[in-house]
Amino acid sequence: MSNGHGGPERDTGKTARTGANGAEDPELGFVQLLTPDGERVEHPDYAVDFTDEELRGLYRDMVVVRRLDAEATALQRQGELGIWASLLGQEAAQVGSGRALRPQDMAFPTYREHGVLYCRGIDPIMPLGLFRGVDQGGWDPNAYKFHMYTIVIGAQTLHATGYAMGVAMDGKVGGDDGEAVIAYFGDGATSQGDVNEAFVWSSVFNAPIVFFCQNNQYAISEPLERQTRVPIYQRASGFGFPGIRVDGNDVLACYAVTRKALDDARHGQGPTLIEAYTYRMGAHTTSDDPTRYRIASEVEAWQAKDPIKRLRALLERTGAADDEFFGAVEDEAAREAVHLRERVLAMPDPHPLEMFDHVYPGGSPELDQQRAEFARYLESFETAGAHHGSPAGGGH
Amino acid sequence: MATLTLGKALNEGLRRALEADPKVLIMGEDVGKLGGVFRITDGLQKDFGEQRVIDTPLAESGIIGTAVGLAIRGYRPVCEIQFDGFVYPAYDQIVSQVAKMHYRSKGKLRLPIVIRIPFGGGIGAVEHHSESPEAYFVHTAGLKVVACSNPSDAFTMIQQAIAIDDPVIFMEPKRRYWEKGEVDADRSLSDAYPLFASRVARVGTDATVVAYGPMVRTALDAATAAEAEGRDLEVIDLRSLSPMDLGPVYESVRKTGRLIVVHEAPLTGGLGAEIAARVTQECFYSLEAPVQRVAGFDIPYPAARAEEDYLPDLDRVLDSVDKAFGW
Repeated sequence: MSNGHGGPERDTGKTARTGANGAEDPELGFVQLLTPDGERVEHPDYAVDFTDEELRGLYRDMVVVRRLDAEATALQRQGELGIWASLLGQEAAQVGSGRALRPQDMAFPTYREHGVLYCRGIDPIMPLGLFRGVDQGGWDPNAYKFHMYTIVIGAQTLHATGYAMGVAMDGKVGGDDGEAVIAYFGDGATSQGDVNEAFVWSSVFNAPIVFFCQNNQYAISEPLERQTRVPIYQRASGFGFPGIRVDGNDVLACYAVTRKALDDARHGQGPTLIEAYTYRMGAHTTSDDPTRYRIASEVEAWQAKDPIKRLRALLERTGAADDEFFGAVEDEAAREAVHLRERVLAMPDPHPLEMFDHVYPGGSPELDQQRAEFARYLESFETAGAHHGSPAGGGH
Repeated sequence: MATLTLGKALNEGLRRALEADPKVLIMGEDVGKLGGVFRITDGLQKDFGEQRVIDTPLAESGIIGTAVGLAIRGYRPVCEIQFDGFVYPAYDQIVSQVAKMHYRSKGKLRLPIVIRIPFGGGIGAVEHHSESPEAYFVHTAGLKVVACSNPSDAFTMIQQAIAIDDPVIFMEPKRRYWEKGEVDADRSLSDAYPLFASRVARVGTDATVVAYGPMVRTALDAATAAEAEGRDLEVIDLRSLSPMDLGPVYESVRKTGRLIVVHEAPLTGGLGAEIAARVTQECFYSLEAPVQRVAGFDIPYPAARAEEDYLPDLDRVLDSVDKAFGW
């Protein structure tokens, strides 16, 4: 690890990075490669060529994750999930950044990164136990190169930073096969101390990390103005590393910008903050009612910038995809949704005694005693049950 | 055998841990060049390098939060919180992340992190430098909490805490850092007294005194004084605060019939309450008097020139012994 001396100097003065005053026109100066109308535009810093196959792949990913997201929302409405945090509207930011990760890279998500998870090749059923309420995650982050969902806002940015410091200590930076780390968070999280500490630490230790902020304009009900009076990406300069704003509804730009930042990190050039400027089309979670704090016309304006529609327009115009392809993608997404639903419904409730498992790697005699006493208590209903009935959830 | 101060014994223990496993890291404020404000990490950065003994930015949540990430990556961070009263900025990371990660992952992810906290008063410090926050951590499932009271335990317990995969809050009695004792530096960890076990520090027959950390010395001094008055006190060093090994306490109370618990932390909701409840449950018919608690008062830690009156001392322990006998 190069300790405390910052990375090689990088040009942070380009238009795309400094932009105009975001408060006046947030879209002026952000990196865009695909307009809302589906026009492919060039950017001097991000001359990326996508093959037709790659474009179709990105389209497919976005359609599938949106369909799975809709299925999860429906499952919540039907009482099969306790809550769901929808990614609707943020498919480009998640698929673009998710596909930019190389296999060796490590991701630290919030609780909304279902699209990134999907792009990591992870079975979308994996986080559903958390939302159904049968577990609290339950996966090994190192096995998937994808950490467990983090609910405490911003806490994972420090975990990502520490992990990235470890990558550097392991000597895994400096070449094309180097490892990079990406930390996801939202606009609300930028007010958290942990996020600002993560910026400090990653900067002074020159950690190989990309901070990927999906600015979806709202922290539950609170608009961006309640979190910041400068554009989020501009905060990076105060911490000594580049910040860049990207059209978060443009999957091509999200891919290109993230790929570049990750490659910078893996080559030892330190952190980058990416602000993906997007919009949360749905509610914060299924427990939220966004009509109380935002107006319909605002949602409609963002509807016109839909990430999937614009890529479809490009694919149609260039002839990279035909109706048969679009139909096949819809069918595939529907099949995956049905498959997801079936498996959610089949998830068993945990046995009451399972709640005592895995509190300590080394166990605890006190806990063993509490478990044994509770087991005896439960058994008392089994024997008494035939005569007196069993209280709800008591017997087995 | 060597005669070491408690602080030096910790230093030697940390050195052994760094030697034993290349994944062990030390991180904290001023732990490198300076060797820590109490010099507990003195010389370690010089010998093990800046990558293994890391001077961190001045941000406690950052220390623990990055330690979580380093542990996920396979490292074994030993974090120093400079003073007890500065642990609170890291409280969220400790309670919501460190303590719960193994549970949330269904046992698939271990965070072998040790968080060292110099705790307690008696050094004439300004506010926030003399607190006893152990009950917050004992109340948090997923954390193990231990407190050393003498150089020999300091040397072995710190190594044991680093070697196991449980997250450990390691409480160090800062006012005893300079007290000397015999340390068997050749003893291997496998032969050492278990980490999560209490120990009878003084055998006695008339009443039982339970203490931990800095109050063990106070309890032993009280026992010496009581002897002159014809009372033979048994003193038990709790050592492990979570889990609590109260078997030896029950055994002692069944013998003596009287229990006095001593801690610097405020009375209400302190460990004394938990110990009293459990002893009452287990030894109800052996008790000759209610369990007595000698503790700090339910006030913020007072200004330094008042701390002698705040801290439990020999006389307050003896006063409670009298109460137990006068019941």
